[in-house]
Amino acid sequence: MSELLNNESGSAIWLTLQLAIVTSAVLLLVATPLAWWLARTTSRWRGVIIALVTLPLVLPPTVLGFYILISLGPDGWIGNVTTALGLGLLSFSFTGLVLGSVIFSLPFAVYPILYAFETLGSRPLEVAATLRAKPLDAFFSVALPLAKPGLLTAAVLTFAHTVGEFGVVLMIGGDIPGETRVVATQIFGHVEAMEYEAAHRLAALMVAFSFVMLIALTRLRRRAGGALP
Amino acid sequence: MRSSRRSTLLAAASALLLGLVLISRGESAEVQVAVASNFAAPAKSLARAFHRTTGHRAVISLGATGKLYAQIRQGAPYEVLLAADAATPAKLIDEGLALADTRMTYAIGRLVLWSRDTDRMDSNGKILSQGQFRRLAIANPKLAPYGAAAVQTLQALGALERLRSRLVEAANINQTFQFVASGNAEVGFVALSQVTRHDRLQKGSAWIVPANLHDPIIQEAVVLKRAGRNPAAQAWIRYLASNSAHEIIRSYGYELPRS
Repeated sequence: MSELLNNESGSAIWLTLQLAIVTSAVLLLVATPLAWWLARTTSRWRGVIIALVTLPLVLPPTVLGFYILISLGPDGWIGNVTTALGLGLLSFSFTGLVLGSVIFSLPFAVYPILYAFETLGSRPLEVAATLRAKPLDAFFSVALPLAKPGLLTAAVLTFAHTVGEFGVVLMIGGDIPGETRVVATQIFGHVEAMEYEAAHRLAALMVAFSFVMLIALTRLRRRAGGALP
Repeated sequence: MRSSRRSTLLAAASALLLGLVLISRGESAEVQVAVASNFAAPAKSLARAFHRTTGHRAVISLGATGKLYAQIRQGAPYEVLLAADAATPAKLIDEGLALADTRMTYAIGRLVLWSRDTDRMDSNGKILSQGQFRRLAIANPKLAPYGAAAVQTLQALGALERLRSRLVEAANINQTFQFVASGNAEVGFVALSQVTRHDRLQKGSAWIVPANLHDPIIQEAVVLKRAGRNPAAQAWIRYLASNSAHEIIRSYGYELPRS
Protein backbone atom coordinates (compact mmCIF):
# COMPACT_ATOMS: atom_id res chain seq x y z
CA MET A 1 0.00 0.00 0.00
CA SER A 2 2.65 2.51 1.04
CA GLU A 3 4.63 1.66 -2.07
CA LEU A 4 1.66 2.12 -4.36
CA LEU A 5 0.25 5.20 -2.74
CA ASN A 6 1.99 8.06 -1.00
CA ASN A 7 0.89 9.67 2.23
CA GLU A 8 -1.24 12.24 0.47
CA SER A 9 -3.30 9.56 -1.22
CA GLY A 10 -3.53 7.55 1.96
CA SER A 11 -4.96 10.49 3.86
CA ALA A 12 -7.44 11.19 1.05
CA ILE A 13 -8.57 7.56 0.99
CA TRP A 14 -9.00 7.44 4.77
CA LEU A 15 -10.94 10.70 4.72
CA THR A 16 -13.17 9.45 1.91
CA LEU A 17 -13.98 6.27 3.83
CA GLN A 18 -14.77 8.26 6.98
CA LEU A 19 -17.03 10.58 5.01
CA ALA A 20 -18.84 7.66 3.36
CA ILE A 21 -19.36 5.81 6.65
CA VAL A 22 -20.63 8.85 8.56
CA THR A 23 -22.87 9.90 5.66
CA SER A 24 -24.40 6.43 5.31
CA ALA A 25 -25.06 6.23 9.05
CA VAL A 26 -26.66 9.68 9.19
CA LEU A 27 -28.71 8.94 6.10
CA LEU A 28 -30.06 5.66 7.47
CA LEU A 29 -31.23 7.54 10.56
CA VAL A 30 -32.80 10.33 8.51
CA ALA A 31 -34.16 8.36 5.57
CA THR A 32 -35.81 5.50 7.47
CA PRO A 33 -38.44 7.57 9.32
CA LEU A 34 -38.88 9.76 6.25
CA ALA A 35 -39.47 6.74 4.01
CA TRP A 36 -41.81 5.25 6.61
CA TRP A 37 -43.86 8.42 6.63
CA LEU A 38 -43.86 8.64 2.83
CA ALA A 39 -44.96 5.02 2.52
CA ARG A 40 -47.96 5.42 4.79
CA THR A 41 -49.08 9.03 4.57
CA THR A 42 -52.06 10.27 2.61
CA SER A 43 -51.03 13.89 3.11
CA ARG A 44 -51.27 16.15 0.09
CA TRP A 45 -47.70 17.25 0.85
CA ARG A 46 -46.43 13.80 -0.06
CA GLY A 47 -45.83 14.76 -3.69
CA VAL A 48 -43.96 17.90 -2.71
CA ILE A 49 -41.73 16.03 -0.24
CA ILE A 50 -41.01 13.30 -2.82
CA ALA A 51 -40.03 16.00 -5.32
CA LEU A 52 -37.74 17.67 -2.76
CA VAL A 53 -36.10 14.35 -1.91
CA THR A 54 -35.54 13.65 -5.62
CA LEU A 55 -34.16 17.10 -6.42
CA PRO A 56 -30.50 16.25 -5.64
CA LEU A 57 -30.75 13.47 -8.22
CA VAL A 58 -31.51 15.84 -11.09
CA LEU A 59 -29.66 19.01 -10.07
CA PRO A 60 -26.06 19.32 -11.27
CA PRO A 61 -23.82 18.73 -8.23
CA THR A 62 -22.11 22.08 -8.77
CA VAL A 63 -25.45 23.88 -8.56
CA LEU A 64 -26.30 21.97 -5.42
CA GLY A 65 -22.81 22.70 -4.05
CA PHE A 66 -23.10 26.39 -4.85
CA TYR A 67 -26.35 26.73 -2.93
CA ILE A 68 -25.03 24.68 -0.04
CA LEU A 69 -21.99 26.99 0.04
CA ILE A 70 -24.26 30.04 0.18
CA SER A 71 -26.45 28.44 2.87
CA LEU A 72 -23.41 27.55 4.97
CA GLY A 73 -22.01 31.08 4.76
CA PRO A 74 -22.71 33.98 7.14
CA ASP A 75 -25.73 35.07 5.04
CA GLY A 76 -27.21 31.60 4.75
CA TRP A 77 -29.75 30.06 7.07
CA ILE A 78 -27.55 27.06 7.95
CA GLY A 79 -24.68 29.48 8.64
CA ASN A 80 -26.94 31.51 10.92
CA VAL A 81 -28.03 28.42 12.82
CA THR A 82 -24.50 27.03 13.24
CA THR A 83 -23.14 30.42 14.32
CA ALA A 84 -25.97 30.82 16.84
CA LEU A 85 -25.14 27.36 18.21
CA GLY A 86 -21.52 28.45 18.62
CA LEU A 87 -20.26 26.02 15.96
CA GLY A 88 -19.05 28.74 13.61
CA LEU A 89 -19.32 28.24 9.85
CA LEU A 90 -19.28 24.69 8.53
CA SER A 91 -17.90 25.45 5.08
CA PHE A 92 -14.43 23.96 4.41
CA SER A 93 -14.89 21.48 7.26
CA PHE A 94 -15.53 17.75 7.50
CA THR A 95 -18.90 18.40 9.14
CA GLY A 96 -19.84 20.64 6.22
CA LEU A 97 -18.91 17.85 3.80
CA VAL A 98 -21.08 15.40 5.74
CA LEU A 99 -23.99 17.81 5.52
CA GLY A 100 -23.46 18.28 1.77
CA SER A 101 -23.14 14.52 1.21
CA VAL A 102 -26.30 13.79 3.19
CA ILE A 103 -28.28 16.18 0.99
CA PHE A 104 -26.58 14.91 -2.16
CA SER A 105 -27.27 11.23 -1.44
CA LEU A 106 -30.71 11.63 0.12
CA PRO A 107 -32.65 10.09 -2.79
CA PHE A 108 -30.27 7.11 -2.87
CA ALA A 109 -31.18 6.35 0.72
CA VAL A 110 -34.88 7.18 0.70
CA TYR A 111 -35.94 5.33 -2.45
CA PRO A 112 -34.78 1.78 -1.62
CA ILE A 113 -36.24 2.05 1.89
CA LEU A 114 -39.48 3.56 0.63
CA TYR A 115 -39.77 0.77 -1.91
CA ALA A 116 -39.20 -1.84 0.77
CA PHE A 117 -41.87 -0.31 3.03
CA GLU A 118 -44.34 -0.02 0.18
CA THR A 119 -43.98 -3.66 -0.90
CA LEU A 120 -44.48 -4.62 2.73
CA GLY A 121 -48.06 -3.40 2.56
CA SER A 122 -50.20 -2.91 5.64
CA ARG A 123 -50.88 -6.60 6.25
CA PRO A 124 -47.91 -7.46 8.54
CA LEU A 125 -48.62 -4.43 10.68
CA GLU A 126 -52.30 -5.28 10.94
CA VAL A 127 -51.36 -8.75 12.08
CA ALA A 128 -48.95 -7.23 14.60
CA ALA A 129 -51.75 -4.97 15.83
CA THR A 130 -54.11 -7.90 16.36
CA LEU A 131 -51.32 -9.45 18.45
CA ARG A 132 -51.46 -6.23 20.49
CA ALA A 133 -48.13 -4.86 19.42
CA LYS A 134 -47.91 -1.09 19.92
CA PRO A 135 -47.22 0.84 16.66
CA LEU A 136 -43.60 1.64 17.65
CA ASP A 137 -43.02 -1.97 18.69
CA ALA A 138 -44.53 -3.19 15.42
CA PHE A 139 -42.26 -0.85 13.51
CA PHE A 140 -39.10 -2.12 15.18
CA SER A 141 -39.93 -5.81 15.44
CA VAL A 142 -41.92 -6.29 12.22
CA ALA A 143 -41.49 -3.54 9.64
CA LEU A 144 -37.74 -2.91 10.03
CA PRO A 145 -36.64 -6.57 9.86
CA LEU A 146 -38.83 -7.14 6.81
CA ALA A 147 -37.40 -4.03 5.13
CA LYS A 148 -33.82 -5.13 5.76
CA PRO A 149 -32.93 -5.64 2.07
CA GLY A 150 -34.05 -2.08 1.35
CA LEU A 151 -32.01 -0.73 4.25
CA LEU A 152 -28.93 -2.64 3.11
CA THR A 153 -29.33 -1.43 -0.45
CA ALA A 154 -29.70 2.14 0.81
CA ALA A 155 -26.56 1.82 2.93
CA VAL A 156 -24.44 0.39 0.11
CA LEU A 157 -25.73 2.87 -2.45
CA THR A 158 -25.15 5.94 -0.27
CA PHE A 159 -21.74 4.66 0.71
CA ALA A 160 -20.72 4.14 -2.92
CA HIS A 161 -22.34 7.37 -4.04
CA THR A 162 -20.51 9.37 -1.37
CA VAL A 163 -17.19 7.83 -2.33
CA GLY A 164 -17.81 8.98 -5.90
CA GLU A 165 -19.07 12.41 -4.95
CA PHE A 166 -17.19 15.27 -6.52
CA GLY A 167 -19.06 18.40 -7.55
CA VAL A 168 -20.48 19.23 -4.15
CA VAL A 169 -17.14 18.64 -2.40
CA LEU A 170 -15.37 20.82 -4.94
CA MET A 171 -17.78 23.65 -4.25
CA ILE A 172 -17.81 23.57 -0.44
CA GLY A 173 -14.56 21.81 0.45
CA GLY A 174 -11.69 24.20 -0.20
CA ASP A 175 -9.34 21.26 -0.84
CA ILE A 176 -7.82 21.04 2.64
CA PRO A 177 -5.63 17.93 3.11
CA GLY A 178 -6.95 15.67 5.87
CA GLU A 179 -10.13 17.71 6.26
CA THR A 180 -11.89 18.07 2.92
CA ARG A 181 -9.55 16.65 0.27
CA VAL A 182 -11.24 13.38 -0.70
CA VAL A 183 -10.13 10.91 -3.37
CA ALA A 184 -12.31 12.43 -6.10
CA THR A 185 -10.99 15.98 -5.61
CA GLN A 186 -7.46 14.60 -5.23
CA ILE A 187 -7.79 12.91 -8.64
CA PHE A 188 -9.17 16.15 -10.09
CA GLY A 189 -6.15 18.04 -8.72
CA HIS A 190 -3.73 15.52 -10.20
CA VAL A 191 -5.43 15.61 -13.60
CA GLU A 192 -5.55 19.40 -13.67
CA ALA A 193 -1.88 19.62 -12.76
CA MET A 194 -1.14 16.93 -15.36
CA GLU A 195 0.22 14.50 -12.80
CA TYR A 196 -1.39 11.74 -14.80
CA GLU A 197 0.63 8.95 -13.20
CA ALA A 198 -0.69 9.75 -9.73
CA ALA A 199 -4.18 10.33 -11.12
CA HIS A 200 -4.14 6.93 -12.84
CA ARG A 201 -3.17 5.09 -9.68
CA LEU A 202 -5.92 6.64 -7.60
CA ALA A 203 -8.48 6.37 -10.40
CA ALA A 204 -7.71 2.68 -10.90
CA LEU A 205 -8.26 2.10 -7.21
CA MET A 206 -11.56 3.95 -7.39
CA VAL A 207 -12.78 1.97 -10.40
CA ALA A 208 -11.88 -1.31 -8.69
CA PHE A 209 -13.58 -0.22 -5.50
CA SER A 210 -16.80 0.88 -7.23
CA PHE A 211 -16.88 -2.36 -9.18
CA VAL A 212 -16.56 -4.45 -6.02
CA MET A 213 -19.26 -2.39 -4.32
CA LEU A 214 -21.67 -2.90 -7.20
CA ILE A 215 -21.00 -6.64 -7.31
CA ALA A 216 -21.62 -6.78 -3.57
CA LEU A 217 -24.85 -4.94 -4.13
CA THR A 218 -26.17 -7.39 -6.74
CA ARG A 219 -25.17 -10.34 -4.53
CA LEU A 220 -26.98 -8.74 -1.64
CA ARG A 221 -29.99 -8.11 -3.78
CA ARG A 222 -30.19 -11.62 -5.10
CA ARG A 223 -29.86 -13.14 -1.64
CA ALA A 224 -32.27 -10.81 0.09
CA GLY A 225 -34.65 -10.21 -2.78
CA GLY A 226 -34.39 -6.46 -2.38
CA ALA A 227 -34.44 -3.99 -5.22
CA LEU A 228 -32.58 -1.09 -6.67
CA PRO A 229 -34.51 2.15 -6.87
CA MET B 1 -53.23 15.63 -46.86
CA ARG B 2 -51.51 14.76 -43.71
CA SER B 3 -48.33 13.57 -45.33
CA SER B 4 -48.17 16.60 -47.62
CA ARG B 5 -48.40 18.88 -44.61
CA ARG B 6 -45.62 16.96 -43.02
CA SER B 7 -43.41 17.25 -46.09
CA THR B 8 -44.06 21.00 -46.21
CA LEU B 9 -42.95 21.24 -42.61
CA LEU B 10 -39.90 19.17 -43.35
CA ALA B 11 -38.98 21.37 -46.30
CA ALA B 12 -39.41 24.50 -44.18
CA ALA B 13 -37.23 23.07 -41.44
CA SER B 14 -34.52 22.09 -43.91
CA ALA B 15 -34.58 25.54 -45.48
CA LEU B 16 -34.19 27.09 -42.05
CA LEU B 17 -31.24 24.85 -41.19
CA LEU B 18 -29.61 25.49 -44.55
CA GLY B 19 -30.11 29.21 -44.03
CA LEU B 20 -28.41 29.03 -40.66
CA VAL B 21 -25.46 27.16 -42.15
CA LEU B 22 -25.14 29.72 -44.94
CA ILE B 23 -25.31 32.64 -42.51
CA SER B 24 -22.68 31.13 -40.28
CA ARG B 25 -20.41 30.61 -43.27
CA GLY B 26 -20.71 34.21 -44.35
CA GLU B 27 -18.11 36.90 -43.90
CA SER B 28 -18.19 36.79 -40.14
CA ALA B 29 -16.26 33.91 -38.62
CA GLU B 30 -16.19 32.46 -35.17
CA VAL B 31 -13.17 31.96 -32.96
CA GLN B 32 -12.98 29.69 -29.92
CA VAL B 33 -11.06 31.51 -27.21
CA ALA B 34 -9.87 29.81 -24.02
CA VAL B 35 -9.60 32.44 -21.31
CA ALA B 36 -7.97 32.30 -17.88
CA SER B 37 -10.69 32.69 -15.25
CA ASN B 38 -9.43 36.02 -13.87
CA PHE B 39 -10.05 37.64 -17.27
CA ALA B 40 -13.66 36.40 -17.56
CA ALA B 41 -15.42 39.76 -17.25
CA PRO B 42 -13.16 41.80 -19.55
CA ALA B 43 -13.09 38.95 -22.09
CA LYS B 44 -16.86 39.10 -22.35
CA SER B 45 -16.90 42.88 -22.88
CA LEU B 46 -14.05 42.54 -25.35
CA ALA B 47 -15.98 39.86 -27.25
CA ARG B 48 -18.98 42.19 -27.56
CA ALA B 49 -16.84 45.09 -28.78
CA PHE B 50 -14.94 42.73 -31.10
CA HIS B 51 -18.22 41.66 -32.66
CA ARG B 52 -19.29 45.28 -33.14
CA THR B 53 -16.04 46.35 -34.81
CA THR B 54 -15.17 43.29 -36.88
CA GLY B 55 -18.40 41.28 -37.23
CA HIS B 56 -16.53 38.18 -36.01
CA ARG B 57 -17.68 36.29 -32.97
CA ALA B 58 -15.43 35.21 -30.11
CA VAL B 59 -16.75 32.26 -28.12
CA ILE B 60 -15.27 32.31 -24.62
CA SER B 61 -14.41 29.21 -22.56
CA LEU B 62 -13.16 29.74 -19.02
CA GLY B 63 -10.78 27.79 -16.79
CA ALA B 64 -7.61 27.94 -14.77
CA THR B 65 -4.60 28.40 -17.05
CA GLY B 66 -3.14 25.02 -16.08
CA LYS B 67 -6.43 23.31 -16.82
CA LEU B 68 -6.78 25.00 -20.21
CA TYR B 69 -3.22 23.97 -21.03
CA ALA B 70 -4.00 20.34 -20.20
CA GLN B 71 -7.13 20.50 -22.33
CA ILE B 72 -5.25 22.03 -25.27
CA ARG B 73 -2.66 19.25 -25.07
CA GLN B 74 -5.49 16.74 -25.19
CA GLY B 75 -6.89 18.28 -28.36
CA ALA B 76 -9.44 20.78 -27.07
CA PRO B 77 -10.91 22.81 -29.97
CA TYR B 78 -9.62 26.20 -28.79
CA GLU B 79 -8.06 28.52 -31.33
CA VAL B 80 -6.64 31.25 -29.12
CA LEU B 81 -5.44 31.07 -25.52
CA LEU B 82 -5.52 34.03 -23.15
CA ALA B 83 -3.38 32.69 -20.32
CA ALA B 84 -2.84 34.19 -16.88
CA ASP B 85 0.93 33.85 -17.28
CA ALA B 86 3.70 33.97 -19.85
CA ALA B 87 5.03 30.47 -19.21
CA THR B 88 2.06 28.55 -20.59
CA PRO B 89 2.01 30.20 -24.04
CA ALA B 90 5.80 29.71 -24.20
CA LYS B 91 5.41 26.01 -23.38
CA LEU B 92 2.72 25.59 -26.05
CA ILE B 93 5.00 27.21 -28.63
CA ASP B 94 7.86 24.89 -27.63
CA GLU B 95 5.56 21.92 -28.00
CA GLY B 96 4.51 23.05 -31.45
CA LEU B 97 0.91 23.64 -30.44
CA ALA B 98 0.94 27.44 -30.81
CA LEU B 99 2.23 29.99 -33.30
CA ALA B 100 5.30 31.84 -31.99
CA ASP B 101 4.79 35.05 -33.97
CA THR B 102 1.32 35.62 -32.50
CA ARG B 103 2.40 35.70 -28.86
CA MET B 104 1.62 39.01 -27.12
CA THR B 105 1.09 40.48 -23.67
CA TYR B 106 -2.54 41.51 -23.41
CA ALA B 107 -2.63 42.47 -19.73
CA ILE B 108 -0.58 42.67 -16.56
CA GLY B 109 -2.56 41.45 -13.58
CA ARG B 110 -2.56 42.78 -10.04
CA LEU B 111 -3.12 40.67 -6.99
CA VAL B 112 -5.31 41.96 -4.21
CA LEU B 113 -6.13 40.72 -0.72
CA TRP B 114 -9.85 41.23 -0.48
CA SER B 115 -12.64 40.94 2.07
CA ARG B 116 -16.31 41.67 1.57
CA ASP B 117 -16.40 43.43 4.95
CA THR B 118 -15.77 47.15 4.60
CA ASP B 119 -13.57 47.56 7.66
CA ARG B 120 -11.61 44.34 7.76
CA MET B 121 -8.68 45.31 5.57
CA ASP B 122 -5.97 47.83 6.40
CA SER B 123 -3.91 49.67 3.82
CA ASN B 124 -0.75 47.60 4.28
CA GLY B 125 -1.85 44.02 4.71
CA LYS B 126 -1.19 43.86 8.47
CA ILE B 127 -4.15 41.56 8.77
CA LEU B 128 -1.88 38.75 7.56
CA SER B 129 0.39 39.08 10.58
CA GLN B 130 -2.38 39.87 13.05
CA GLY B 131 -4.59 37.14 11.71
CA GLN B 132 -8.13 38.22 12.64
CA PHE B 133 -9.71 35.77 10.27
CA ARG B 134 -10.54 32.10 10.15
CA ARG B 135 -10.01 31.26 6.50
CA LEU B 136 -7.80 32.71 3.79
CA ALA B 137 -8.81 31.66 0.27
CA ILE B 138 -6.29 31.30 -2.55
CA ALA B 139 -6.50 29.76 -6.01
CA ASN B 140 -4.71 26.43 -6.45
CA PRO B 141 -1.07 27.57 -6.89
CA LYS B 142 -0.31 24.58 -9.10
CA LEU B 143 -2.95 25.62 -11.63
CA ALA B 144 -3.59 29.32 -11.29
CA PRO B 145 -0.85 31.96 -11.63
CA TYR B 146 -2.78 34.20 -9.22
CA GLY B 147 -2.61 31.36 -6.72
CA ALA B 148 1.13 31.04 -7.26
CA ALA B 149 1.52 34.81 -6.79
CA ALA B 150 -0.50 34.57 -3.57
CA VAL B 151 1.86 31.90 -2.20
CA GLN B 152 4.91 33.99 -3.20
CA THR B 153 3.40 36.97 -1.39
CA LEU B 154 2.82 34.95 1.77
CA GLN B 155 6.39 33.65 1.53
CA ALA B 156 7.80 37.14 1.03
CA LEU B 157 5.94 38.29 4.14
CA GLY B 158 7.13 35.23 6.06
CA ALA B 159 3.53 34.28 6.78
CA LEU B 160 3.10 31.11 4.74
CA GLU B 161 3.96 28.53 7.39
CA ARG B 162 1.96 30.28 10.08
CA LEU B 163 -1.16 30.61 7.92
CA ARG B 164 -0.96 27.28 6.11
CA SER B 165 -3.63 25.66 8.29
CA ARG B 166 -6.04 28.47 7.47
CA LEU B 167 -5.64 28.31 3.69
CA VAL B 168 -8.49 27.07 1.55
CA GLU B 169 -7.77 26.35 -2.07
CA ALA B 170 -10.18 26.98 -4.91
CA ALA B 171 -9.95 25.36 -8.33
CA ASN B 172 -9.52 28.73 -10.02
CA ILE B 173 -9.56 32.45 -9.23
CA ASN B 174 -13.32 32.81 -9.82
CA GLN B 175 -14.07 30.16 -7.23
CA THR B 176 -11.66 31.94 -4.87
CA PHE B 177 -13.71 35.08 -5.34
CA GLN B 178 -16.88 33.07 -4.69
CA PHE B 179 -15.48 31.72 -1.39
CA VAL B 180 -14.78 35.27 -0.19
CA ALA B 181 -17.87 36.93 -1.70
CA SER B 182 -20.14 34.39 0.03
CA GLY B 183 -18.37 35.11 3.33
CA ASN B 184 -17.27 31.51 3.79
CA ALA B 185 -13.67 32.74 3.80
CA GLU B 186 -13.18 36.11 5.47
CA VAL B 187 -10.28 37.09 3.23
CA GLY B 188 -8.77 35.89 -0.02
CA PHE B 189 -6.20 36.68 -2.68
CA VAL B 190 -8.11 37.52 -5.84
CA ALA B 191 -7.44 39.46 -9.02
CA LEU B 192 -7.84 43.22 -8.78
CA SER B 193 -10.04 42.98 -11.87
CA GLN B 194 -12.59 40.95 -9.94
CA VAL B 195 -13.24 43.64 -7.34
CA THR B 196 -12.72 46.97 -9.14
CA ARG B 197 -14.27 48.75 -12.06
CA HIS B 198 -12.86 52.03 -13.37
CA ASP B 199 -10.45 52.23 -10.41
CA ARG B 200 -13.26 51.96 -7.86
CA LEU B 201 -13.55 49.11 -5.38
CA GLN B 202 -17.01 47.61 -5.93
CA LYS B 203 -17.51 46.14 -2.47
CA GLY B 204 -15.78 45.46 0.83
CA SER B 205 -12.18 46.35 1.58
CA ALA B 206 -8.95 45.48 -0.16
CA TRP B 207 -5.19 45.68 0.04
CA ILE B 208 -3.52 45.90 -3.33
CA VAL B 209 -0.47 43.68 -2.97
CA PRO B 210 2.73 45.61 -3.83
CA ALA B 211 4.05 44.31 -7.13
CA ASN B 212 7.49 43.56 -5.62
CA LEU B 213 6.11 40.83 -3.36
CA HIS B 214 5.55 38.42 -6.22
CA ASP B 215 6.67 37.79 -9.78
CA PRO B 216 4.76 40.03 -12.17
CA ILE B 217 1.59 38.42 -13.49
CA ILE B 218 2.23 38.91 -17.17
CA GLN B 219 -0.72 37.57 -19.07
CA GLU B 220 0.04 36.47 -22.59
CA ALA B 221 -2.14 35.45 -25.49
CA VAL B 222 -1.22 33.15 -28.34
CA VAL B 223 -2.93 31.73 -31.42
CA LEU B 224 -3.04 27.94 -31.36
CA LYS B 225 -2.07 25.75 -34.31
CA ARG B 226 -5.63 24.51 -34.41
CA ALA B 227 -6.88 27.89 -35.64
CA GLY B 228 -5.39 27.14 -39.07
CA ARG B 229 -6.32 30.01 -41.32
CA ASN B 230 -9.33 31.18 -39.34
CA PRO B 231 -9.32 34.95 -40.02
CA ALA B 232 -11.20 35.58 -36.77
CA ALA B 233 -8.31 34.20 -34.69
CA GLN B 234 -5.81 36.66 -36.17
CA ALA B 235 -8.38 39.43 -35.96
CA TRP B 236 -8.93 38.73 -32.27
CA ILE B 237 -5.21 39.02 -31.47
CA ARG B 238 -4.97 42.24 -33.51
CA TYR B 239 -8.02 43.56 -31.72
CA LEU B 240 -6.47 42.86 -28.29
CA ALA B 241 -3.61 45.21 -29.23
CA SER B 242 -5.93 48.02 -30.31
CA ASN B 243 -6.56 51.21 -28.34
CA SER B 244 -10.23 50.46 -27.83
CA ALA B 245 -9.37 47.03 -26.38
CA HIS B 246 -6.72 48.61 -24.14
CA GLU B 247 -9.28 51.00 -22.77
CA ILE B 248 -11.59 48.13 -21.83
CA ILE B 249 -8.75 46.08 -20.33
CA ARG B 250 -7.56 49.01 -18.19
CA SER B 251 -11.07 49.76 -16.97
CA TYR B 252 -11.07 46.32 -15.32
CA GLY B 253 -7.99 47.06 -13.26
CA TYR B 254 -5.25 45.57 -15.44
CA GLU B 255 -2.08 47.30 -16.47
CA LEU B 256 -0.56 47.18 -19.91
CA PRO B 257 3.06 46.97 -20.99
CA ARG B 258 4.60 50.30 -21.93
CA SER B 259 5.09 50.10 -25.67
